[in-house]
Order: sequence, then C-alpha cells, then structure tokens
Amino acid sequence: MAPTKERAPRVSRNPDLIRGIGKFSKSQMYHKKGIWAIKAKNGGVFPRHDPKPKPETAAEKPPKFYPADDVKKPLRNKHKPKQTKLRASITPGTVLILLAGRFKGKRVVFLKQLPSGLLLVTGPFKINGVPLRRVNQAYVIGTSTKVDISGVNVDNLDDKYFSKEAPKKKSKGEGEFFESDKEEKKALPQQKKDDQKTVDAALIKAIESVPDLKTYLGARFSLKAGVKPHELVF
Amino acid sequence: MPFKRFVEIGRVALINYGPEYGRIVVIVDVIDQTRALVDAPDMERSPINFKRLSLTDIKIDIKRVPKKKDLIKAMEAADVKNKWEKSSWGRKLIVKKRRAALNDFDRFKIMLAKIKRAGVVRQELAKLRKTAA
Repeated sequence: MAPTKERAPRVSRNPDLIRGIGKFSKSQMYHKKGIWAIKAKNGGVFPRHDPKPKPETAAEKPPKFYPADDVKKPLRNKHKPKQTKLRASITPGTVLILLAGRFKGKRVVFLKQLPSGLLLVTGPFKINGVPLRRVNQAYVIGTSTKVDISGVNVDNLDDKYFSKEAPKKKSKGEGEFFESDKEEKKALPQQKKDDQKTVDAALIKAIESVPDLKTYLGARFSLKAGVKPHELVF
Repeated sequence: MPFKRFVEIGRVALINYGPEYGRIVVIVDVIDQTRALVDAPDMERSPINFKRLSLTDIKIDIKRVPKKKDLIKAMEAADVKNKWEKSSWGRKLIVKKRRAALNDFDRFKIMLAKIKRAGVVRQELAKLRKTAA
C-alpha cells in the first residue's frame, strides 16, 4: 500500500507466555506502542488519513453463468517439499553403485546433490559410458571409496540443465502421423558434450592417480554365488 | 581319545555365543556344574555358561579369582596374546575378520590379484608339462 520498499520485519512487542496469551495487557501495550505519544503529536486524536481515491475500474458486468450447485473451492496448499536428506555415507566424490535403470551395476562417481534432491553423477563417460546424469538416492549403494573431487567445478549444472525440451507443436496433418514419428533423433547438443569433457578431465586425473581405480569404475558390480548382501561391507 | 583341554583355573577360552562373541577370556573360578567365572583385561569379571565357551590350548598360572592387576601380569608373563595370534585357530579368526571388513574396492583388487596369481601358476604348470612331455 504505502510506497516504503524496505521495512524491517514486524516483530511483536508482546512476547507469548503461552500461545494465545501475551505478557502485557491491553493498556500496557497501549503505552508500549506509544499511541499516547502519537495522539499528543496529533492534538489528542489518533491521526486518520482519508482513503486515497481509487483508480476508475470498469463497471463489473453481472456473470453470464451461475453454477447450479454451491461447490466449495479447495484451500490453497503452499506446502513446498524439502530437499531429500542425503545419506551420511554419500559425500561428494563417493563411488556409488547404481542399482536400477540402463546403467545398473555400474560404479559411478557422485558429484553433488541437486536442488530437486536427485544426485548428480558421472561415469566418467570415458571410463564406463555413464554421462552426467541424475539419479535417485534410493536406487544407489554408497561405497566407502572416495575420489578426490576438488578439481571439478559443477556449479553450472542444476535441474534445469536436465529438463526435456518442450516438444514443438506440429500442425495436424493426418497423413504425417504415421510417418514422421521418429524421423529426427535429437543429436546431443555440443554444449553438453563439452560440459561432460570438462567435468571428466579433472576427475580422470584424480582417478588415474589411484592404482586399479580406473578398472574398478569400468567394471560392473554383481552378486556372485555364496555372497550375502546383508553381510557385505560396501 | 583322552581329553587334552580341561576346564581349570587359568584356562584361556573363546566366547562363542552371545554379546561377547569372539572374546578371549580366562577361566578364573568355577561356580557350579554349568557356569564359570570368567575374566579378561578389558572386561568386567562375569559368570558365563560353559556351553558358551570354547576351550583353547593356552593355560596361564593364576590363583583362584586373582586381582585384575595380577591377572594382567600373568597374562603378559604367559604371552597369551601372541600365542593366540600365532596359533592356527587364532590366525584363521583374524583372516575371517579381515575378509568380513573388506570394502567393495578391496574385493575388486583381490579378484584382480587372484586372477594374476592363477595366471602365473598356470604358466609355470604349462612349462613343467612341456618339459615332462
């Protein structure tokens, strides 16, 4: 309403003893808020401003349609989901084992948790074919092997980077429906390939400094005969 | 056929059941037909059923229910820890523990090492076969 832009957040001068009961009475609050001083400044009366003239709104037409039943509108839900809590065993640089999807069994390096809660992960691509990808924490085993990730910069990657492109609306032509469904296979944009290369360059250097780690990441995990997963230490 | 390991004061045993599973203890007193009083340097002296004990070959020289200090001195004098860790039973248990604590990466490295070793053995075997044939 008033044109002041930055106001300090309103703090109550009346602390709660218990919810619904303040510490100070009505007359005490009158004194604390200084209503008496404001009144004195204004000659014994609390200052009152006439309402500002409202800009002319077009005359409202009566609605064309009245619904037959009185349907209640549902209440607004302003609930925002929290980011999924990351397991303590998963820290940036951890080697993860993917358990589902196209890359199941692959051992992969964890980079960071995205704002949606999904984990950003990379093969590295040269080592095991897993690109920069999002993965749900539930479908992952965190091992205790860590890779040094200090040389890697993943600040420019977030959920928007991975969103699907909105499909272009094609004009409706009946003959075209059956032919041109999968004519164009979308080629991966060059920018994504470059991002993959920059992220992997620093990672691969760190991986090659540890003996056998490269072959480890290139191999898939599997259960063998006699192996009990509940007894395995990852 | 005759028994060699007896329940006696000073007999070192391994607890094979219960919350103290895997602990090396010394029998310090016999309570009754079923239970013994058992003690170790880093644990409170407590009764335990004989069924939960596996007797070892090691025996130390102590009096009935010694003070903790005396027990520790006697155990060091008999060098129980080293004797146990050098015995084949003790070594097997240590290997078992180490295998159970292996990382996924460690298991992978071991697999590579086993394959390498098998390859070397097979080469030598092939050489020997050639000279024998």
